[in-house]
Amino acid sequence: MNLFDHNRSLPIGSDAKLSTGWWGVLALIVTESALFAYLLFTYFYLSAQTEQQWPPEGLPSLTMPIINTIILLASSVSVWASEHYIRLKQIRWSIGLMALSIILGISFVLIQLIEWHKKPYDMTSDLYGSLYFTITGFHMCHVVIGIVVLLLLLVWLSLGYFDDRRHAAVTIGGVYWHFVDVVWLFVFATLYLFPYSDSV
Amino acid sequence: MAISDKKHNLPDNRLERVPEYGCAPTGSTVEMRLAHTWECNPGWRGWFSTVDHKTIGIRYLITAFIFLIIGGIEALIMRAQLSLPDQTLLTPEQYNQLFTMHGITMIFLYALPILSGFSNYLWPLLLGSRDMAFPRLNALSYWIFLFAGVFMYASFPLGQAPNAGWFNYVPFSGPIYNTGPNIDVFALGMVLLGISTTVGAVNFIVTLFKMRAPGMTINRVPILVWGTLTASVANLITIPAVSLAFLLLWLDRQVGTQFFDVANGGKPLLWQHLFWIFGHPWVYAIVLPAMGIVSDALPTFCRRPLVGYTAVALATMATMMFGFVVWVHHMFATGLPTISLSIFGAASMAISIPSAVAVFAWIATIWLGRPVFKTPFLFFAGFVILFVIGGLSGVMVAAVSLNWQLNETYFVVAHLHYVLLGINVFPVIGGIYYWFPKFTGRMMNEKLGKWSFWVMFIGFNAAFFPMHIAGLLGMPRRIYTYSSHMGWDTVNMITSIGSFIFAIGILIFLVNVMISLKRGVLAGSNPWDAATLEWSISSPPPAYNFAVIPIIASRHPLWENRLNESSERSSLSEGYLLTAGHETIGTSPIDAKPQVILKMPGDSYIPFFVGLFVSLLFVGLLFHWWSFIGVMTAACCITLILWMWPQKSLAQRTVFNADHSSQNNSEKI
Ligand code: HEM
Ligand SMILES: [Cu+2]
Repeated sequence: MNLFDHNRSLPIGSDAKLSTGWWGVLALIVTESALFAYLLFTYFYLSAQTEQQWPPEGLPSLTMPIINTIILLASSVSVWASEHYIRLKQIRWSIGLMALSIILGISFVLIQLIEWHKKPYDMTSDLYGSLYFTITGFHMCHVVIGIVVLLLLLVWLSLGYFDDRRHAAVTIGGVYWHFVDVVWLFVFATLYLFPYSDSV
Repeated sequence: MAISDKKHNLPDNRLERVPEYGCAPTGSTVEMRLAHTWECNPGWRGWFSTVDHKTIGIRYLITAFIFLIIGGIEALIMRAQLSLPDQTLLTPEQYNQLFTMHGITMIFLYALPILSGFSNYLWPLLLGSRDMAFPRLNALSYWIFLFAGVFMYASFPLGQAPNAGWFNYVPFSGPIYNTGPNIDVFALGMVLLGISTTVGAVNFIVTLFKMRAPGMTINRVPILVWGTLTASVANLITIPAVSLAFLLLWLDRQVGTQFFDVANGGKPLLWQHLFWIFGHPWVYAIVLPAMGIVSDALPTFCRRPLVGYTAVALATMATMMFGFVVWVHHMFATGLPTISLSIFGAASMAISIPSAVAVFAWIATIWLGRPVFKTPFLFFAGFVILFVIGGLSGVMVAAVSLNWQLNETYFVVAHLHYVLLGINVFPVIGGIYYWFPKFTGRMMNEKLGKWSFWVMFIGFNAAFFPMHIAGLLGMPRRIYTYSSHMGWDTVNMITSIGSFIFAIGILIFLVNVMISLKRGVLAGSNPWDAATLEWSISSPPPAYNFAVIPIIASRHPLWENRLNESSERSSLSEGYLLTAGHETIGTSPIDAKPQVILKMPGDSYIPFFVGLFVSLLFVGLLFHWWSFIGVMTAACCITLILWMWPQKSLAQRTVFNADHSSQNNSEKI
């Protein structure tokens, strides 16, 4: 009695989305999304009840944050393209694009550090400062971890570990990076755009 | 051995092959090869490096049970203090630390970890797999749990243990009113423990969706699996809330942020929301898998399948769905608007519906079956009774008006112990009696078993039923003593005596474990004549679990001939062999069609070191040793990079060189 054709050949090991790692990173993304949801819940809960000037410096300037958002989104596109080129068996392109993504990621971090530096308050000076630096700090940690992941992928790609048939790590690391970028859109909307909603 | 037929002429048999199919009776070359491949390092090296889910499961069980005993001793000391009015055995501060540590220990270090122990040991066996999806993550989860437990107890000997209750409300737990290290230890310990629980949850979820034996479609998995799956999903979604709450509290205390600081616009109720968004689903996480134990094991003793499998599986998930939206019932007395109290009160009562479905399913199973009154059966039947009592007092406190009367009284203490001991401890002990033969190869003593049940059952009710009355008489919880004018003397005396009787019951159980380990009757592979897969292999199971990956045709693979529900039969002795290194089969999430040959990692020290470095990092945070923290972060990064480095043996890398030697090479890392 046979329920399956057991003469069919099956892929072995970490095969892209059949791998357990792919499922694992999806589960990680679920739990991390929940984390950011609670962070933003904390922000809205406290801001809804506050009697303080919110944000303390008045409406935030949007120019640099918008540029920074675009940089981060661009890095996502280039990670996506990097994976695409592995499938097309053009490893050189893939390596180049991965390096570009890392540069873009690092630029995001630097610009964000300048933004932090420009704030007239810090984590301990008032409630808004606590929220602002905790939320953006959490996101910054994720970006830094993401950059380390991309760096590893770059090294592995350069060592010739991956080709069109076997590159689960790139798929997995890539989707984590996309997650970090999408989360930024929520953080950005909350911290930079939401204050404007009161003033219109 | 059926070697892959060559007609496909594959480009590279290291990335794709036809899995070998056939039989592997004990003693055959294939079986011996499997035993050799899966055997773990001997001695202390194996101790630190094993990733075998069975070893990890047993470790979880033993460690969590030790925490149960520690928490129990704390409880007995409290009951000694409360047995008579105006006693001075404990100071108020000592009492605070004792009830807090008791709550923390029981809820966080015993109740879930013990269930993780069962699930870790049993999942691959129930699902017909050779290991969990992430064996190394499994080891990491255990190590961090162990270290977090030690961490949370570190300040206990100094008389500086956490002292603000297990739900640790601000502002009392904040920097102004609680200046010692007490709360910092708790806060950091909880964040650390959260890591362990989260990676454990990821492992369970992926294992369920990827690692079931071919043919075990989603509607054929045992209820224990449904219970643990539901609990894991809930943990994945809600643990971040409590980890965040504790982190923010720690920042408030040590860095100077103002999240909960009333004077500067912070809100204490934010703590309560974040805590209970996690806290209520958590209480389901610590009972649903235990209910699963009963749903799977009770039918064995009723000699028939569970009545209403689908209803119970759906009820399990429905309970959790409701569980996400009832957290405010812990905050009825905080002055929230009436409308939200009504909604959350109604939702809380609605939870009794899925719970009732499960209760009726168990009763019907007993009713329609031919019960065999072995020890595990007694524990499961006792569980049903206690569940009903605890459920009733639960519906009572869910009514907002009654809640205002009963909140913060002993009525709540009675309720929570009926549900926690009733739905967790009784099934757990019953489960140990039931699976002990599988764990050890020996049966537990029936006579001592019956004694342990009756002493525990009588002691439990004597201890906790009178607490309802104490509560109705107005006795507040968390008081270190009371005056005899209050009229609470008798109930407290009975409660204290009952507690000690209950403890004797546990002691009898432990003696039984010791004796049975040495002298228990040898158990065959299926001593209870049960229906599920774990009983198809020898007791204790071999390192590789299944010599052939079975092919499943029903919910009760071992009862198919008897039940004769259809003409299909599971194939337990013939199936995939997969002997080229640590391999098992990966199947599709819903209908369990074979999809991929999964390469599993072997023994590794890395999880131990990652766990150690992460825990030391938290020690550094506790003492503000900033450079030490830096070193530990770097150490974590390096070990994690080693962990993630793509390996040929796991087929994570491509193969360029035309090295077409045999696949055995891939066994060695
Ligand atoms: C020998 C068995 C046990 C006894 C005698 C016992 C006794 C007690 C006592 C005396 C208190 C303090 C009540 C107060 O002063 O407010 C308490 C609190 C508590 N117990 Fe137990 N207990 C037992 C087992 C358990 C178990 C198995 C669990 C959970 C799985 C548990 C969970 C709790 C919790 C959560 C609290 C509340 C702590 C707090 O108020 O922060 N107990 N128990
Ligand atoms: Cu609740």
